[in-house]
Amino acid sequence: MSFSAAKFAQPLPINPVSASRSNDKPLSFDPFKAGSSFLGSTLKLRVHVPSKVSHLRRSTANAVSDVVKEKKPQSPANLLLTKEEALVLYEDMVLGRAFEDMCAQMYYRGKMFGFVHLYNGQEAVSTGFIKLLRQDDYVVSTYRDHVHAVSKGVPARAVMSELFGKATGCCRGQGGSMHMFSKEYNLLGGFAFIGEGIPVATGAAFSSKYKREVLKQADADQVTLAFFGDGTCNNGQFYECLNMAALWKLPIVFVVENNLWAIGMSHLRATSDPEIWKKGPAFGMPGVHVDGMDVLKVREVAKEAIERARKGEGPTLVECETYRFRGHSLADPDELRDPAEKAHYAERDPISAFKKYMIENKLANEQELKNIDKKVDEVIEDSVEFADESPHPQRSQLLENVFADPKGFGIGPDGRYRCEDPKFTEGTAEV
Amino acid sequence: MWGVLRQKVCAGGLPGMYIRPAVAAFRNYSSSAKQMMVREALNSALDEEMSADHRVFLMGEEVGEYQGAYKISKGLLEKYGPERVLDTPITEAGFTGIGVGAAYYGLRPVVEFMTFNFSMQAIDHIINSAAKSNYMSAGQISVPIVFRGPNGAAAGVGAQHSQCYAAWYGSCPGLKVLSPYSSEDARGLLKAAIRDPDPVVFLENELLYGESFPVSDEVLDSSFCLPIGKAKIEREGKDVTITAYSKMVGFALKAAEMLSKEGISAEVINLRSIRPLDRSTINASVRKTNRLVTVEEGFPQHGVGAEICTSVIEESFGYLDAPVERIAGADVPMPYAANLERMAVPQVEDIVRAAKRACYRSVPMAATA
Ligand SMILES: Cc1ncc(C[n+]2csc(CCOP(=O)(O)OP(=O)(O)O)c2C)c(N)n1
Ligand SMILES: [Mg+2]
Repeated sequence: MSFSAAKFAQPLPINPVSASRSNDKPLSFDPFKAGSSFLGSTLKLRVHVPSKVSHLRRSTANAVSDVVKEKKPQSPANLLLTKEEALVLYEDMVLGRAFEDMCAQMYYRGKMFGFVHLYNGQEAVSTGFIKLLRQDDYVVSTYRDHVHAVSKGVPARAVMSELFGKATGCCRGQGGSMHMFSKEYNLLGGFAFIGEGIPVATGAAFSSKYKREVLKQADADQVTLAFFGDGTCNNGQFYECLNMAALWKLPIVFVVENNLWAIGMSHLRATSDPEIWKKGPAFGMPGVHVDGMDVLKVREVAKEAIERARKGEGPTLVECETYRFRGHSLADPDELRDPAEKAHYAERDPISAFKKYMIENKLANEQELKNIDKKVDEVIEDSVEFADESPHPQRSQLLENVFADPKGFGIGPDGRYRCEDPKFTEGTAEV
Repeated sequence: MWGVLRQKVCAGGLPGMYIRPAVAAFRNYSSSAKQMMVREALNSALDEEMSADHRVFLMGEEVGEYQGAYKISKGLLEKYGPERVLDTPITEAGFTGIGVGAAYYGLRPVVEFMTFNFSMQAIDHIINSAAKSNYMSAGQISVPIVFRGPNGAAAGVGAQHSQCYAAWYGSCPGLKVLSPYSSEDARGLLKAAIRDPDPVVFLENELLYGESFPVSDEVLDSSFCLPIGKAKIEREGKDVTITAYSKMVGFALKAAEMLSKEGISAEVINLRSIRPLDRSTINASVRKTNRLVTVEEGFPQHGVGAEICTSVIEESFGYLDAPVERIAGADVPMPYAANLERMAVPQVEDIVRAAKRACYRSVPMAATA
């Protein structure tokens, strides 16, 4: 991958009117030709097409690299990235990686349980997008949510502790791996079902617009990011929300983390047209494809999309081509992905690539990066110690938070928790 | 060190999605002890019905190349090909509706939900398209379809992935709802479901897939089938009746074992069918034991236990010597933390305690009468 400075030369053409046109490049890529492959997948596109379709060409994905390729390299002085910013990005990616590696260890040691889905390999997407947000902007994630939470600012301690099922976790041990929430950092979940986070995110974006336009809160210019995978783009909720978001010009960015697989289902076996970014223009919003292993490319696209949303110009669909370096969850035997494909993406590790880029462009030296690595290690060690030493939730917590109403059934007329009632333990867990 | 840790995880059977290699399941099949895992019982039932009737096909997420998220469909893709074992995109509403439509027009789909939690995204088709069509069309359009997959509390997966839908689907006219416990149940009921002319919701349990049960030659015969709507008395007793389904049958049997050591003879009824509910078997048992404990993992309110209780109050009120005891999951979404989770689902001790309460309570009451 080339981290050429040139990529900063020109913002992406993602204005709504021209998007669909500008993306329609002339016949440069024909997936119907035998032997074409998609992105880095080693699988072949499976095509069932009647023989007379030669006119039915498809454009290549609108890779950022293509757009910027021809631009002349610029001097580091012209970089749209300061040293401080670069260090923030690096630290965030390393933190995400180290956090997940630690989760794997802790899972195998029985400290966390259930379904634990790790984010290794996809860090450039979380970092590239979320580090551009304000604290009051919203992030909606899936079951693969630890790193989105950490990028958004939720302390590693709180996330780790949640995974340990401890009372000091960001949801006091009630949510777990797939359900991270933080009101303080505007992380709205943590949704374990495919697609369900998308309407919720769209609703968050709706609320910003409503507050600004109906409640006349001039500062309600929050942007919402909805993160989800390639497999999720086959779910109806995705399309329903693309439509409404475009129709109502909502301040949202739909961020597809296309890691080419949905558990053991190859993207190419699941989708009639695998170029997800194209669905944006179909609904009247810009669609962009970006190299999701390149944090700077992601960041550049993200910047423009977030600004568009913030200015009230409506939603954007961004497809980030990325890859997960581990199985779907820690329980997945991961037998269906081709080793060659894994190797291809392993070589494009977003963290090593960015490291190389920083050093080559004199944005940081080895020692500075080592210091960051060390600092991150300490943060992670600390988070584990913290989680391990934290108390388990108390028994009474079982019945708390079912309702927002403090007089909900969790608390009896005497003001005590209903589960403290001896009857509660007599023979049934029922309240 | 990693190797060791990993091994420990697998051997200890930590709950995990898409884990549990199915290889082991097939080892027991030909052994002389005639033990069979639930996973293999389901797999063989599907296999035999697909081979007997070419209108039967299986669709769902990861049922093909991945061999099933829980390996229930292992080997079927290879045997029947991608036209009859269909890997679908992640679109429950879409593929469930497609299944229903296919059933309207003469096919016999088996729709697998990776877990029943995801059937929430398809519930419109289960309730509105499948369950009501025969009635709305005045019998012109029947819907012979099976919706199957793991249901109920799993372990460590939090609120969205851990709940029981028996009462939800059990309340809907037009659906038949089955919930197997043993390998015999799994085989006999799944075959019955596939052969049935109506929509059947088939609630399996992830934590039972790897359990082995003894099976008779009759059960292994390809013609084996169980009647829908008939409960099974798993253990006879005379002092108290315990009703349960799915994983809770095992708990009830354990509780009965413990109770027997204390001189209480419990009769354990495996419901097998949630709808239709075998009211006559339940009532006959209660008339004999005069006491009833209902057990389920689902939420207590408007649950299966509530329905059983009503049936007994209606039909056998005069026979009851003690109030009906109801064991259910806590009336809260499933918490993640292991200690809270344990409190949220029924435990064997809960059943023992309730049964004792039912048995002893009647004594002073009778004495004062
Ligand atoms: C409604 C629903 N159906 C099925 C599942 C099971 N499931 C969990 S993750 C997953 C694959 C998702 O793939 P993708 O959207 O590409 O995201 P990735 O895991 O690759 O990040 C599936 C099918 C689910 N969680 N929700
Ligand atoms: Mg994916």
